Amino acid sequence: MSMTHHAEPAVTTPPAPGRKESDGRTKQRPLALRLLARPEVGVFLGAVAVYVFFLIAAPPVRDGSSMANILYQSSTIGIMALPVALLMIGGEFDLSAGVAVITSALTASMLSYQLTMNVWVGVVVALLVSLGIGFLNGWMVVRTGLPSFLITLGTFLILQGVNLAVTKLITTNVATDDISDMDGFGQAKKIFASSFDVGGVQVKITIVYWLVFAAIATWVLLRTRYGNWIFAVGGNKESARAVGVPVTFTKISLFMLVGFGAWFVGMHQLFTFNTVQSGEGVGQELIYISAAVIGGCLLTGGAGSAIGPVFGAFMFGMVQQGIVYAGWNPDWFKAFLGVMLLGAVLINLWVQRTATRR
Amino acid sequence: MDSSSPFRSSRIAPVVAMAAAVALTLAGCSSDSGGKKSEESADGASAGKASTPQMTVALVTHQSPGDTFWDIVRKGAEAAAAKDNVKLVYSADPNAGNQATLIQNAIDQKVDGIAVTLAKPDALKDVIAKAKTAKIPVVGLNSGVSEWKNLGLMEFFGQDETVAGEALGNRLNSEGAKKAVCVIQEQGNIGLTQRCAGVKKTFSGTTETLYVNGTDMPSVKSTITAKLSQDKAIDYIVTLGAPFALTAVQSKADAGSKAKIATFDLNKDLTSAIDKGTIAFAVDQQPYLQGYLAIDSLWLYKNNGNYMGGGEQPVLTGPAFVDKTNVDAVASFAAKGTR
Repeated sequence: MSMTHHAEPAVTTPPAPGRKESDGRTKQRPLALRLLARPEVGVFLGAVAVYVFFLIAAPPVRDGSSMANILYQSSTIGIMALPVALLMIGGEFDLSAGVAVITSALTASMLSYQLTMNVWVGVVVALLVSLGIGFLNGWMVVRTGLPSFLITLGTFLILQGVNLAVTKLITTNVATDDISDMDGFGQAKKIFASSFDVGGVQVKITIVYWLVFAAIATWVLLRTRYGNWIFAVGGNKESARAVGVPVTFTKISLFMLVGFGAWFVGMHQLFTFNTVQSGEGVGQELIYISAAVIGGCLLTGGAGSAIGPVFGAFMFGMVQQGIVYAGWNPDWFKAFLGVMLLGAVLINLWVQRTATRR
Repeated sequence: MDSSSPFRSSRIAPVVAMAAAVALTLAGCSSDSGGKKSEESADGASAGKASTPQMTVALVTHQSPGDTFWDIVRKGAEAAAAKDNVKLVYSADPNAGNQATLIQNAIDQKVDGIAVTLAKPDALKDVIAKAKTAKIPVVGLNSGVSEWKNLGLMEFFGQDETVAGEALGNRLNSEGAKKAVCVIQEQGNIGLTQRCAGVKKTFSGTTETLYVNGTDMPSVKSTITAKLSQDKAIDYIVTLGAPFALTAVQSKADAGSKAKIATFDLNKDLTSAIDKGTIAFAVDQQPYLQGYLAIDSLWLYKNNGNYMGGGEQPVLTGPAFVDKTNVDAVASFAAKGTR
């Protein structure tokens, strides 16, 4: 039900051609085709296809609370897929994004617990740590000129090891202690992990954040100078620099934005589950990147949108939970997921090809 | 993010963080409840120290990093090592080929004994034969209850996963359950599959298997929620690890389900959940005991020629049920992270 509501911001009007009369050399293409050529429209249609498919195949999906559950799953992927997508438009990507979420949650939890402080202290320090990791990633990429694949593969491994070793060192266990009885927990839970009632359906607050962040990201990308910078540094770094785009600032800030996302999702996990296992998060980075790619962001940078990854993340949530709602044989779970996603990507590609061809 | 002077703030981030932490503490931001302060100082089991000459024992498992279960096994092994004057060399790799290399590594170090888990016995066959040739005693623990004798291991400590599953299935029958869903957090893991198969064998109701992505808790939560709303007939959720049972509690609330929750394996949060009644019961295979006995047995063998189970029978450490009636006896140990 709520699907159709999110659909609307996707159809941002394409830039007006500003040409009065066609002189015959450039033919004005029909509006429908011009719309289809936008990166997010293909994935939007893919998402609709997957949605309709499960609406038919899995009757429980038609229920409002099921949709809330699917959107919740999508939002935990989607909130991270947004900065990951912006970073990809900016021509880089971040393999450490999955474990960085856990690093943030571990930092907040252990700091508050070990020093017996209000959990907000942990939350604030975790934010600084997350931004710091993002800064370090970006700074190293810009300074060395090495591919972000190598740099962030390094930080991925470092964080994975540090998460485990430091947690074990401090708590003597591999999971953190329960902080749910500590001061400030209730407040923080309200902000990061509460839910509210919409017509008898419990809706998780992360869904709201997800859509708000997507709207902000879309506005930044399409309407601000910073948005132009992102496209410019992803398209061609050298020519961007030549026309005065602050390449270093743009790239580092994008990595820090991923850090912010990791912090946010990390806080959500901490305040939902009260404790964090240090081995979690591995493999999630690929899901974030997939959601961004399915959402129309090029692996090579310079193209994409912020609303595309919203549908990319929705498709992940929809397929993952749809299979369960349909009650299919779970042995095939991963295979189903792969086929559905490949199918969606192919639809996406086909739409784009058809649209850009005359 | 502002476009003006963007990085200066993050360069001094650690300083700001420290200052903020200090300032907040001074401002009375410390928590009045919970936290480290409320935790009682707790020591591990200790029974003095043997005066026998130091020996070296390698413990090589198929643990994946950051798993609460394996942490307890290791603590058991460490406790036995401390008591027996044993130098413990711990290593682990979930990949069977890498685990075999780690065992070879232990043989090369000429250790006095090796304890291994046999999650994938075929891959370890050759390297265990090499250890025998090198006259190093090898014992098994945790997984491989049906394989350890074929591979020529001296003794085995663990739980038969199928037997444990069967025990849980029987328990479900006595609880009057009709339909159970068995939640597997790692697709393709033999031990986990055997547990669910065991449940299916003895449970007189219907059993379904549900796979979840164990490294992503929010997705575990929504997947279990989805299953509960898809099939309203489910009245028992069976998870195969303590953290997943605790997550299932939230899924149950989200789905508005009345299903009860049972699980394999314990941790300290789980014991308090059993105490509160949010989780019905747990099957405990006593991982601490597995680690402890494996090391202790090698010490006994070297110093007194003993072997437990007489080299014929495995030493079973589970299944022991923990529920509301006996959780008190376990809780204080679980709080230390050793049960």
